[in-house]
Amino acid sequence: MPHDHHDHLSPSGHPYRPDDDHPLTYWQQMEIAIRELLIEKGVTTAAEINAQIDAMDSRSPANGAAVVARAWTDPAFRDALLADASVASRDMGFDIGPMKLIAVENTADVHNVIVCTLCSCYPRNLLGLPPDWYKSRAYRSRTVKEPRKVLAEFGVNLPDTTTVRVHDSTADMRYIVIPARPAGTDDWSPDALARLVTRDSMIGTGIAKAPESV
Amino acid sequence: MTQDAQSFDGRRWHDMGGNAAGPVPTDQHDFSLWEKRVDALMIISSAKGHFTVDGLRRVLEDMAPEAFETMTYYERWIASVNQNLIEAGVYTTAELAHRMSEVAARGATYGEASNG
Repeated sequence: MPHDHHDHLSPSGHPYRPDDDHPLTYWQQMEIAIRELLIEKGVTTAAEINAQIDAMDSRSPANGAAVVARAWTDPAFRDALLADASVASRDMGFDIGPMKLIAVENTADVHNVIVCTLCSCYPRNLLGLPPDWYKSRAYRSRTVKEPRKVLAEFGVNLPDTTTVRVHDSTADMRYIVIPARPAGTDDWSPDALARLVTRDSMIGTGIAKAPESV
Repeated sequence: MTQDAQSFDGRRWHDMGGNAAGPVPTDQHDFSLWEKRVDALMIISSAKGHFTVDGLRRVLEDMAPEAFETMTYYERWIASVNQNLIEAGVYTTAELAHRMSEVAARGATYGEASNG
């Protein structure tokens, strides 16, 4: 459906972001009302809400990729990350809030994948908001029962000799996968290596990109 | 999606790990401003002690399974945020109803109704 936002400016003089010109829904009406009540009652401010949105927008898989690339190149950091991923991530300068993070490492014999069967818990304070499929009924239901089939749908076909470990997240305990480092990258810098690390490789539904692909 | 008494296996609807289901959907959408605002209101309200993520989940899990099919993710979230904030006494149902009427009167789109 084509949209033309160019002539639509909000009362504050800014263009509406996409979707703002759709008919108002009941739940959007409620969000506006709640937001205004919270501001009027001094619970929060418009600036604080905008700052929180900016903080979430600034989180992306690139943060996790930097953590993974360092783990690949710095053995002491790898050990620290596996011991306490929250502390290690914070030590790299990432503001992950109170999130309890556990890193699990893929090896030649073990492939890890993360899911939240009960809801949608995800390492969002490092990687940003989860993809829609992560919250889907199909992913939540099937990943703990038939992980190899689910992974195959993502193009990850593992030999029977590979152990698959599925980690079910909770609000208080979230996981990140450290994908296996691709072969042929021995002399690569952490910055270059980070470009091989995809979002899905840190969920476990993908693997790191091949060096020739970037 | 409903379960009759005979078939109830002791698990509630949200406890779906291990159930049969179709292919994992590949659709993806960019979060719109109103969704980001819902997310921010949840984080801010909980950071300030009005409720916890467990409170958020309690209301989500109390929704009928149909809610998972008929409401979007952040629609369920704002419904839960609202329930928790009312229970916490942050505002009343009457205040909410009054404000929602005012919001709807401002315009037919989200942009118009949200005062920019």
